[in-house]
Amino acid sequence: MTDATAKAPMARQRRGWSIADIVREYGVLLIIVLLLVVLTLLSDSFLTPRNLLNILNQSTPLFIVSCALTLVIIGGGFDLSTGAIFGVAAVSAAWIALNVDPYLAMVAAPLIGIVLGTINGVIITAFNVHSFLVTLATSLVYRGMAILVTNGKLIPVRIDEFAWLGRQKLDLGGGVAVNVAVIVMLVFMALIMFILNRTTLGRAIYAVGGNEEAALLSGIRTNLVKIITFAFSGGAAGLAGVITVSRLSMGEPQAGTGLEFEAIAAVILGGTSIMGGAGAIWRSMAGVLLLALIGNGFNILNVNPFFKDLTTGVIIVLAVALAAAGNRR
Amino acid sequence: MSPDERAVSVRGVAKSFGGTRILSDISLDIAAGTVHALVGENGAGKSSLGKIIGGYYTPDEGEVSIFGKVVTRYSPREALGVGVAMIHQELQLAPELNVVQNVFLGRESNRYGVLVKGDLERFAALEKTCNFGIDPLAKVARLRLAERQKVEIMRAIARDARVIIMDEPTSSLTEDEADRLHEVIRLLKAQGKTVIYVSHFLDHIIANCDNVTVMRDGHVVRTAPIAGESKKSLVDSMLGQTSDILWPELPPAPDVSVPAVAELRNVATSTGLSNISLVVRPGEIVGLVGLVGSGRTEVARAMFGADPIRSGEYYIDGKLQPRIKVMDAVAQGVALVPEDRRKQGLVLTQTVRPNISLGTLDAISRGGIISRSREVQRVKEMIAHFGIVPGQVDGRVLRYSGGNQQKVLLSKWAVARPKLLILDEPSRGVDIGARQRIHQFIVETARQGVGILLISSELEEVINLSHRSYLLSDGRIFAEEPSSSLTVESALHRVFLEQNQEHPEAAA
Repeated sequence: MTDATAKAPMARQRRGWSIADIVREYGVLLIIVLLLVVLTLLSDSFLTPRNLLNILNQSTPLFIVSCALTLVIIGGGFDLSTGAIFGVAAVSAAWIALNVDPYLAMVAAPLIGIVLGTINGVIITAFNVHSFLVTLATSLVYRGMAILVTNGKLIPVRIDEFAWLGRQKLDLGGGVAVNVAVIVMLVFMALIMFILNRTTLGRAIYAVGGNEEAALLSGIRTNLVKIITFAFSGGAAGLAGVITVSRLSMGEPQAGTGLEFEAIAAVILGGTSIMGGAGAIWRSMAGVLLLALIGNGFNILNVNPFFKDLTTGVIIVLAVALAAAGNRR
Repeated sequence: MSPDERAVSVRGVAKSFGGTRILSDISLDIAAGTVHALVGENGAGKSSLGKIIGGYYTPDEGEVSIFGKVVTRYSPREALGVGVAMIHQELQLAPELNVVQNVFLGRESNRYGVLVKGDLERFAALEKTCNFGIDPLAKVARLRLAERQKVEIMRAIARDARVIIMDEPTSSLTEDEADRLHEVIRLLKAQGKTVIYVSHFLDHIIANCDNVTVMRDGHVVRTAPIAGESKKSLVDSMLGQTSDILWPELPPAPDVSVPAVAELRNVATSTGLSNISLVVRPGEIVGLVGLVGSGRTEVARAMFGADPIRSGEYYIDGKLQPRIKVMDAVAQGVALVPEDRRKQGLVLTQTVRPNISLGTLDAISRGGIISRSREVQRVKEMIAHFGIVPGQVDGRVLRYSGGNQQKVLLSKWAVARPKLLILDEPSRGVDIGARQRIHQFIVETARQGVGILLISSELEEVINLSHRSYLLSDGRIFAEEPSSSLTVESALHRVFLEQNQEHPEAAA
């Protein structure tokens, strides 16, 4: 058996990587390394465990949302409603924590997100409308719901048990302490990676995004697969929402505005194809990290923050152009 | 050949993709006003060479001259500028535009960029030359593959191309349509145009070309006038060894008393089938003979649960299947290898491994978690079994030749060990080596007791590889014959006759 495989004519196949290939595949990592070096040289306070953990902690909600959005985009969809679901989950969690139970709030917020995400998925597949349009519309509906139920007011939650999720640190020894939220984020990321790489669902997501008709003709329940990706995206937005409320002790109906675009930027920056069917979680994580490093660099270097968006935009264009240049033949 | 007689001259051209050498040291001359064939197995490099001449690929080494002028910074656009147009194997049309809009894409009648009337008249003039009979206002997305190809050909002619490269132009055409295309080619030649004809159909090449270049493994074996060549001499140089085109021996046909693995009774669908009754027994190869558009593909799709059955009954293993869906069909051991491998078969963003596993994920997983080792082992077995090249488990199937892509697609259903295997054009756009391997696969699968439904535009293939054939026309089965009693000529005669009876006005 192995004998026959070895004899297959492999002579013409050279497994060589040119520099262009490496830049195209791992460009985002190269930019991160470059940024790490520059920031370390420019500031003494950058390369400290405290600052690095702080970066990680601050980006936790974006990490979680981008992670699940990657599933949606690989599956050939697009989700513009994550920011709004984040808002609904935030005010719901604050209300439940105040009026019912703080621990129930932590569980309820992701569940509410899953329900709203599933509604997105069902509308998209039942009416066969592009997810871009559907989630653009539902984002308005969801945001409206968040504002209506709170009358537009903030809901302060000063409950110690509830703050555990966002603020509590776990001592890892050696003076290094990590927020509970960061651990939750890492577990969520590991779960999504596992789903994409090791499960039949992950395979189905890649296939639906890469060639829906081929997936259908292979006996894949393509509609169900799409609904599941949107449910994940909604659930992630809910989880990110409750983490943020817990951290700020405040439920805000406008919370998470613009989060959907940051998440899309992170996924694209990482190099996941917006056409679907290709991409990876580590890419989006690298994209979030890059956005976070840019933000952190502006802080510790005391650069005019007005340049932040401009710089971020330029870097996204460069990253996308780099990837596209490699694809030309 | 004196330099000014050369339409195209290629000197020392080499091309690699991602470390894989596709072409090495290619040199050839193509005389103006001739029809020049490029032949070779899939993966031999003939399509790549066509694409280099057409400006789609840039050579890594060497140079290309068109009418004596060396081209640099060459792209499809610049190729058109010097009179070279390419018609693709994988058609490149705008599906949402209509026929006229596609034919004159980028060359619309206009005044200062504002569209004006006149394209329909220009189309009518073009149609006089081609005589394809396509509705100029039909949306391309609604046309069948064969008709789309005609649109591509008209587009090249509309561009006043002096050199037209045709990549597998007849692979999706019926014999009759192919004959008409060859008439167009003769007409083009009479007008002094040069045609580069890339094809697997050696009969077509011998009948219609002046010169031939045989390629093997990215090299030119030889360039010679067609007059001194035969089908056998061409195949021998393509394969690098002497061989005859042989049909594999069929396993014995199952007895009529054997219960059917699949049976249709008076089935009608919204896709145009009516009153279809057919039987496939285990170990039997059943052919569907008919012209493009006769409903062959629709029968396959109905039996796979891809199109709903409106009336009539469908039984799998004697069990009635009301409202069957693809996943039900797959679960009961039905497999379909669809006609368009790139659009319906493969997920090109993925590698060989997930493509082979896609139809049978449950078999290699437990609780939704895939066993990597079982998967890799299965894929390796398939690579060895079919001789897929390159033989990497995670090879990028997008870059594979047509024959190897088809082998990957067959592997996807071979691993499923189906009871009923439906093959729609299993050897379209595939070289002779791969085709022989696929034929062998069909026969050995039937020998294992699998029922096979075989559909092919090449009548020779259906007739020689099946026990029994159903003859289709206009969504109906009008005859059933033992395949051994059919010949290509008699079968063609009957389907044409049947078609003319249905549409007496079309017979005139």
